[in-house]
Amino acid sequence: MPAVEQTVERVKEIDVDKYKYGFSTDIESVRAPKGLSEDIVRFISAKKGEPGWLLDWRLEAYRRWRTMQEPTWAKVHYPKIDFDDLYYYAAPKSTEGPKSLDEVDPELLRTYEKLGIPLKEQEVLAGVQGAPKVAVDAVFDSVSVVTTFKEELAKAGVIFCSISEAVRTHPELVKKYLGSVVPITDNFYATLNSAVFSDGSFVYVPEGVRCPMELSTYFRINAENTGQFERTLIIADKGAYVSYLEGCTAPMRDENQLHAAVVELVALDDAEIKYSTVQNWYPGDAEGKGGVYNFVTKRGDCRGDRSKISWTQVETGSAITWKYPSCILRGHGSRGEFYSIAISNGYQQVDSGTKMIHLGRDTSSRIISKGIAAGFSDNTYRGLVSAHRKATNARNFTCCDSLLIGDKCGAHTVPYIEAKNASATFEHEATTSKISDDQLFYCLSRGLSEEEAVALIVNGFVRDVLQQLPMEFMAETQKLIGISLEGSVG
Amino acid sequence: MLEIKNLHAKVDGREILNGLDLTIPAGEVHAIMGPNGSGKSTLSYVLAGKDDYEVTDGSVTWKGEDLLAMEPDERAAAGVFLAFQYPMEIPGVATMTFLRSAVNAVRKARGEEEYSTPDFLRTVKEKAKDLKIDMEMLRRPLNVGFSGGEKKRNEILQMSLLEPGLCILDETDSGLDIDALRIVSDGVNALRSPERCMLVITHYQRLLNHIVPDRVHVLSKGRVARSGGPELALELEKSGYADYGDEATAA
Ligand SMILES: Nc1ncnc2c1ncn2[C@@H]1O[C@H](COP(=O)(O)OP(=O)(O)O)[C@@H](O)[C@H]1O
Ligand SMILES: [Mg+2]
Repeated sequence: MPAVEQTVERVKEIDVDKYKYGFSTDIESVRAPKGLSEDIVRFISAKKGEPGWLLDWRLEAYRRWRTMQEPTWAKVHYPKIDFDDLYYYAAPKSTEGPKSLDEVDPELLRTYEKLGIPLKEQEVLAGVQGAPKVAVDAVFDSVSVVTTFKEELAKAGVIFCSISEAVRTHPELVKKYLGSVVPITDNFYATLNSAVFSDGSFVYVPEGVRCPMELSTYFRINAENTGQFERTLIIADKGAYVSYLEGCTAPMRDENQLHAAVVELVALDDAEIKYSTVQNWYPGDAEGKGGVYNFVTKRGDCRGDRSKISWTQVETGSAITWKYPSCILRGHGSRGEFYSIAISNGYQQVDSGTKMIHLGRDTSSRIISKGIAAGFSDNTYRGLVSAHRKATNARNFTCCDSLLIGDKCGAHTVPYIEAKNASATFEHEATTSKISDDQLFYCLSRGLSEEEAVALIVNGFVRDVLQQLPMEFMAETQKLIGISLEGSVG
Repeated sequence: MLEIKNLHAKVDGREILNGLDLTIPAGEVHAIMGPNGSGKSTLSYVLAGKDDYEVTDGSVTWKGEDLLAMEPDERAAAGVFLAFQYPMEIPGVATMTFLRSAVNAVRKARGEEEYSTPDFLRTVKEKAKDLKIDMEMLRRPLNVGFSGGEKKRNEILQMSLLEPGLCILDETDSGLDIDALRIVSDGVNALRSPERCMLVITHYQRLLNHIVPDRVHVLSKGRVARSGGPELALELEKSGYADYGDEATAA
């Protein structure tokens, strides 16, 4: 039987244990009561000691959300979510605000270690000359626990902390930029996030500063039935540069966990923001039970002239992914980029892509999307490229490649193009291919196992995008691609 | 070393091999010749373990073990190597990366240590030089945009890196000009050794001027129709395959 025909058998056998990060940490958590009401919103805000303006902001979003409907246009299917049956706030009990590493609950540190983020080592590394430096702001459920490298960043004038801390320490910046890219009225999930957002990262890089290291956040969803609603806000002031990496993992649970984050990026004149995501949340078991629902709103605003925002994403996890990191090319000569690898296996459903909204003159954008579908999964690229009436000389290049493994999965490409200015140049390329039995056999005959062969071929397929990732994360990501495709051939 | 007995194999429900017998003792090089469509590539695929080639009868024993019971990657670890008539292209995967993955997979399976990066590079460089392969070529994606000659030399490079006990070469001469033919043949001859056997499949006699076989077998309609020494190849060069059911030359 040809290898790819056996996919079905093998997919049935995918061992849930293969989800490497499926452990849950035993830490008492403090939770808000189940369900969502004005009182819960007040509870969250009070718990975090927020100022009145932020509570009002949340309440406005909450009231708005009550009038909204869940969107249904994406090619994903799931049972109706009962939003009153979720917890909207959970904090590990032992942490009340940021601490130094030594004071952190050792159980938490062990969790991070299992996730492959040796915080301790990273501090040691910081002392080593020439060693790659990565500052980690680790988000454990809702409260940011540890922020390393703060001092060195502070020397450069870079602010990198949890958003709750930023509300306390830099209210003027938060007030000015929060909701300025993704307004509270934006969409069902973003509005929900605005009402109940728990924590997330805040970055401000001042004028002319090149952030001295990669910034990185690892997210985990730990407490049962907890929706996680991070809010991330990154501002690069004039001529500043920052590269930020977000890594996500969640433990294995039978029930679906909801995740609805919002990320807002603001790049002023000549500033550049590079935002990379490696997402490997629990995708659900072999029957498609459990797994994370990932409904995320990510948007970057190239507000200044000649500014640049680049999104790179590697999406391997979650039962359902609904995600369109976008760029608003407002500044003249600004540039937006979107590089994506989206892998779906088992019963995963991915509907992801980007929007490039050209508003300014001489704006350019580039989209490279690689979708890999295996098992019974569905993988959709959905993208919008639009040029406003005033966007003279807008340019876009889009390339969407899909790779199918087996014949029970699907790949779809849904590009929307709107050019209201005749000078726009939009190019679009798309291909769909399959891993052939002949390619697989060739690799096997050289001694590679089927899993090694698939991983190798897929890594070749996504090479252009992999190269966009920060060096430190490339090797890890290549491995992750291998893990997420285990069991995709027989 | 290799013992094929009464081998019957089907592709797409059609019987292609029917009752093939062949024995290659250690250290010997045997050539298989035959008209197009006589089942030469089929034999090589059956030996390497390709999926849609179904063995319906007979046996293949390699170093005393049942070869047919092994998966293709296990056969590679056991020392079987097939130089493909049409090597596959794998976009985006640097040839060097592929070589390294393959060599280390096989070494691991054989209980040997994986190469360190400098050792591996040194070994590849040496072998590539003998085959007049440019290091630049090894940085390109595997077989993508390679000329016919580059593809065949790359096959022989893989063969020498994987250190097989049984080398099967399927029409390695096709598409080669005379210089490339010499380079490739020298590469193959360098691998001849008392512990190794080779099965050289070719349609034309000219390859056998360079790689001189111990025995020559003529394949016709899925079985060995005649066997002899190297002189048999010369005879076929003159008479063609008309006696062996090749309509093209018979007409
Ligand atoms: N994958 C296949 N599917 C169907 N028929 C095949 C396949 N491979 C080979 N054949 C048939 O088997 C016969 C032998 O082919 P092959 O082994 O390639 O011959 P040779 O290498 O001697 O030219 C031919 O008739 C060919 O058409
Ligand atoms: Mg052939």
